[in-house]
Amino acid sequence: MITGPGTTADDIVRNAQAEICRPWLRHILPPADWIAFSRSAAAEGLILLAQWADTVQVHALFLNQAALTIVAVSTQVREGQYPALSPVLPGAALYERMIHDLWGHRAQGADDLPPWLDHGTWPQSRPMAVRPEPQSPTALTMLASADQPDCMVLPLGPIWGQLEEAAHLRLTLDGPTIRRAEVLLGFTHKGTLTLMRGKSPRIAARFAARLSADATVAHSVAFARATEAAMDVQAPARAVALRIAMMEIERIAVHFDTLAEVGRLAGSDIVRTRCGFLRETLLRACEAAFGHRLMMDCVVPGGVASDIAEGGKQVILRALGSIATELPDVRRLHDGPALASRLTGLGRVGGALAASLGVGGVVGRASGYAFDARSSFTQAYDAFGPRLAIHSAGDAAARQHLRLFEIEESLRLAGAALDALPEGPLGIALPPVSGEGIACAESVRGDVWHWLRLDHGQIAAVFPRDPGWALWPLAERVLEHATADDVDLIRASLALPASGMDL
Amino acid sequence: MATIESLRARLEAAAQTRLGRSLAIRHINTGSCNGCELELRALHTVLYDLERFGLRFVDSPRHADVLLVTGPLTRNLRGALEQAWDATPEPKWVVAVGDCAVDGGVFKGSYAVLGGTGVSVPVDLTISGCPPSPGRILAGLRTLLEANRK
Repeated sequence: MITGPGTTADDIVRNAQAEICRPWLRHILPPADWIAFSRSAAAEGLILLAQWADTVQVHALFLNQAALTIVAVSTQVREGQYPALSPVLPGAALYERMIHDLWGHRAQGADDLPPWLDHGTWPQSRPMAVRPEPQSPTALTMLASADQPDCMVLPLGPIWGQLEEAAHLRLTLDGPTIRRAEVLLGFTHKGTLTLMRGKSPRIAARFAARLSADATVAHSVAFARATEAAMDVQAPARAVALRIAMMEIERIAVHFDTLAEVGRLAGSDIVRTRCGFLRETLLRACEAAFGHRLMMDCVVPGGVASDIAEGGKQVILRALGSIATELPDVRRLHDGPALASRLTGLGRVGGALAASLGVGGVVGRASGYAFDARSSFTQAYDAFGPRLAIHSAGDAAARQHLRLFEIEESLRLAGAALDALPEGPLGIALPPVSGEGIACAESVRGDVWHWLRLDHGQIAAVFPRDPGWALWPLAERVLEHATADDVDLIRASLALPASGMDL
Repeated sequence: MATIESLRARLEAAAQTRLGRSLAIRHINTGSCNGCELELRALHTVLYDLERFGLRFVDSPRHADVLLVTGPLTRNLRGALEQAWDATPEPKWVVAVGDCAVDGGVFKGSYAVLGGTGVSVPVDLTISGCPPSPGRILAGLRTLLEANRK
């Protein structure tokens, strides 16, 4: 179609061809419309949720925050190229580097496509392409050296001293002040997408559950829902309620982990001890009720793997109860002068930055970006009316307080889901059909999105979007102008994940 | 003088038996999904209190007796593991924690994964599980402590 200055993103997709993808159609745009769409999207403030590819097309998923709608668009790859989104949507840059590394499709018009996942150690390049090319090992050019005179470079990672995920951070320091922070990930790339391809969703769910252990339930739920959407089937009510309970329990446990870690780094051993203890109490209850401390592999496409154990409901409710009793004390510790003065103003995230990068989760909501997949795109939660808390300060203190609020809300949601546990089957048999689906779930770090295409019940293509894709570019900006001594604390406060986006 | 010497020897022997020696552990992530890290972090809580056994985490492989490795060995992190191993002074032990570090786990056969920790460095102890529970990790590390005492 011909696009003029007044053309909106809506106009462009309305006139485009579409492929059936449940619950949102995927619109196929010719290159000119793809470019026009990206411009309109940037102008209208549409948020880029994810960008990925298959062997013939490149796909992008957008959120219209004002209308609360999801728009999926695709464009054909021609001669190995497609028009880049990154010139108008900076959040697309990392995805374009990943697409180039995995499929070999080149983003035309992108500034630069330095390797992201492919560090030159794989036996083949573009492993997801129809014909991967053998490659001989090359040395990875890590990040560029300092371009400013009189500055010092401090390289951190990929192996950290503490029990951390693998990521490389390079800080350009001017005295103690960080002038520039650059990040390189991809160290924990495990080739997950090729392992999932060609398998049945039931088997591939094991990989979805191991994208990121802090969000194992959330990723499993998003993957299961995407599969169910593609097959146009629904999980039974008992499974849906158990999934909600598990997701909320996971949120409580991981929030406590983050609170403990931030408390430790901020010098409050009592916060660390208390939060660590409460988390452990909950994980032991999970083992008794669900058979696994982290509830890994408990959610499967079509339902849940097994029922809650006999008496498991009481064990969980008792653990939730003891957390509820202790929570006011933990909150009081955060209001105390020691923690408050250390965390206030630290690692401040601007609301506009969070929204432009599509950073959801606690980090987004602590800086005024009001998005939570639980209240927008997951009907299962409607019955429980999840409450959303927003903060505007955007600093580490605001994030801690929001985590405490979310623990309180999750205690209520998990309790309500278990109290109203409907009787009935735990899962359905999956029909060997073809189809395409997208689904989301709110993980502890933000919204996760899974897209997949099934061919007679087998996975033909799949892409999981972890919140890390938005969090790391944000971290680079937040660390600029911070002090080098604060880096660990800011990282912990943003709760940066690596494995989920390393695929 | 001879009495003092023999008293000192007896004291040392008693202390060795009663207290053993402590082990400094350096954690190396070679591609983990963070599950093993979550459980390792639980070892610091008051419910397990790792340090009462003389086990402590250190920041540098140069100060370590034990390299504790988690995750399947990704091709992208092989170099980092080998560098850490080279930097660790003798005598040293390598503990592979979790199914992935044991043999690659579910990621076996991927183009990006070499397999378990043993592909690259000699492994002295494996602790299986996906992820292994803190109690299990602790039991494993205590075996190492006891072996080290002899």
